[in-house]
Amino acid sequence: MENTGKQLMLGNKAIARGLYEAGVCFISSYPGTPSTEVTEEAARYDEIYCEWAPNEKVAMEAAFGASLAGRRSFCAQKHVGLNVAADPLYTMSYTGVNAGMVVLVADDPGMHSSQNEQDSRYHAIASKVPMIEPADSEEALEFTKLAFDISEKFDTPVIIKMCTRVAHSQSVVETGERKVPEFHYEKNISKYVMMPGNAKKRHPFVEERTARLREYAETAPINKVFMGGTGAGIITSSTSYQYVREVFGDSVSVLKLGMVNPLPVDLIRDFASKVDKLYVVEELDPIIENHVKSLGIEVSGKDKLPICDEFSQNLVAKAFGKEVAEGYSIEDEIPGRPPVMCAGCPHRGLFFTLKQNKCTVLGDIGCYTLGAVPPLSTIEMTLCMGASISALHGFNKVGGEETEKKTVAVIGDSTFMHSGMTGLADIAYNQTNSTVIILDNSITGMTGHQQNPTTGYNIKGDPAGKIDLEALVKAMGIERVRVVDPYNLEECDRVIKEELAVPAPSVIISRRPCALLKYVKHNGPLKCDREKCVGCKSCMRIGCPAISMKDGKVVIDETLCVGCGVCTQLCKFGALKGEA
Amino acid sequence: MDTKNIMIVGVGGQGSLLASKILGHLLLSQGYDVKVSEVHGMSQRGGSVVTYVRYGDKVYSPVIDKGEADYIVSFEILEAARWLSYLKKDGQIVTNTQQIDPMPVITGAAEYPSDLADKIKSAGAKIDAIDCLSAAKEAGSAKAVNIVLLGRLSHYFDIPEEAWMASLEANVPAKFLEKNKKAFELGKHSA
Repeated sequence: MENTGKQLMLGNKAIARGLYEAGVCFISSYPGTPSTEVTEEAARYDEIYCEWAPNEKVAMEAAFGASLAGRRSFCAQKHVGLNVAADPLYTMSYTGVNAGMVVLVADDPGMHSSQNEQDSRYHAIASKVPMIEPADSEEALEFTKLAFDISEKFDTPVIIKMCTRVAHSQSVVETGERKVPEFHYEKNISKYVMMPGNAKKRHPFVEERTARLREYAETAPINKVFMGGTGAGIITSSTSYQYVREVFGDSVSVLKLGMVNPLPVDLIRDFASKVDKLYVVEELDPIIENHVKSLGIEVSGKDKLPICDEFSQNLVAKAFGKEVAEGYSIEDEIPGRPPVMCAGCPHRGLFFTLKQNKCTVLGDIGCYTLGAVPPLSTIEMTLCMGASISALHGFNKVGGEETEKKTVAVIGDSTFMHSGMTGLADIAYNQTNSTVIILDNSITGMTGHQQNPTTGYNIKGDPAGKIDLEALVKAMGIERVRVVDPYNLEECDRVIKEELAVPAPSVIISRRPCALLKYVKHNGPLKCDREKCVGCKSCMRIGCPAISMKDGKVVIDETLCVGCGVCTQLCKFGALKGEA
Repeated sequence: MDTKNIMIVGVGGQGSLLASKILGHLLLSQGYDVKVSEVHGMSQRGGSVVTYVRYGDKVYSPVIDKGEADYIVSFEILEAARWLSYLKKDGQIVTNTQQIDPMPVITGAAEYPSDLADKIKSAGAKIDAIDCLSAAKEAGSAKAVNIVLLGRLSHYFDIPEEAWMASLEANVPAKFLEKNKKAFELGKHSA
């Protein structure tokens, strides 16, 4: 589809291009920032079958099946998604692959869009799977193709590790042609059935493979040495490499590691012997540093550089005692601008109702996590995908009737399909009178509008199977299932009160499509009648970014307002109106 | 040539991604090595967003740090003030004068500072502040604020207008092209 030749390409899109050129035939992923665009971009190639799976574990297992059947396969996820898929990963290390299989994990140093700052390199170490780490888009494309060669040569899944700054930066790439290697499935029980007797034989294979991979790492072309004198030597990888070169240019020697598991031994010893003073510059945890120390080599790293947050050129420069430039400043306090629910967001009315009812709200992962932000400040817990429901069950088992009457879980449609169902099974099976609210906005919102099993469309936007949430929940043994429109505050209030009061488990589906979906037709923006507005600020309690105060009266931003009408239900003076 | 830095700052949803795409395309067409770093995910939901565009003979870091920006292109005046410390000595700000209240201002927890353009000027920074929203509306689309800003920015570059137009054509859907070309011209000739 793209012309070959030089072009500017997003890191994630370059991975997709690498998948195309490597002849990948099957991709299954669950969206998660900063990994989502890899699968979205790959889906633009008609030659590759792509799908959104209900969660990362399912995606990885599906990709494993495709590898078994004889075609190169792939799955992508964010760092916390790999925790969900850790179960198949750790045992796929034992079975190995048939056709090449590659797993992408995208870390998020700085937590631009994540709930923790874990270092995914530990997964590669613990599962004994090789991990390679590109530092820009060009490497993203090349390393992706190499990953499949390593996978097939060493009979192992291979992990590509990205981070936000590589995934979401565009740099120059050169594209090539697609070639599709074909393999055939052969029955092999001792390799693919991991019961104790077979797994016991595979474990020594894994250890021996790691030794061969380490041997490969000693001379792998993706581990590069740039000699710049014998004074300081810096071992680094990924985006940290870019900061090092930005700060030092060619004035220090650099060992850039493209393969971060297993780490080479002789290459590091040799590099260390050529320089007077050795440093490691790596984001997050001191994994390379500890490896170097384990070789008995003196090295400086986390004594200079932080474990928390992402790096930058100034951070690296300051750590090495270099001066950095200063900009301009003014004295005024600059108010923060945190993300907010969009104007017309269907979650707003629901959260306002929960706040009015003084509910304790256990939250989940998605746009609606913003229900924790002022002025709604309603969500009191967010942990991981699906935890709202299971935690509500535990909370109510301990709290009994007292908490059951005022505590709810809120979870999106996609997150419910990902890992909310098993929590609901716990409620249905072990019986708490819990109230679960599924915020069904007919899309996976936060990651930028991906389809999911409840929307009725696939990754290409074509009609697909559609799971009926009401029927599903009922089949799981929840008899009380209600549907409300979150734009209707009176209805939300009545149903939430009823379901909290009733001594039975219940599910409320708050249904209204995301206001940003292209097919959603909006009313025109509302206007404030300044004669009628008394400046009571009642309408401002819902935290809509389109509503502000000027000179004691409400002003509605016509570029933002979509006329959802939630605010009109709070105005006792009839001041907020749509165009007649 | 040393690496040059352009920061694009604004409020999530204002169209900074398209602006950075056009700039990246333009600079690549002029033979530079280019890196563009974007923000996706949660902060796109009405939060403060920043995009970095870097170009030169060889660009390493994808991000711009404090005191490094040759240009700050700002979609909203408070955002220009927020990122002021990133402006290089003698760097240039090109900003929309539009004010968008952030949630702490809406809820009354904070105040929107007054006369920001004057204060930035008093701090010694070069600032070119224009009403991009009016110009965009005049061009036929309130969404074209990003293109008005690029038009204004083009003033400061020694790159022929045809190259800017080619990058516009390559990145804007055909049906919006005329409005965007008009927005670019209005931006370029505003003062």
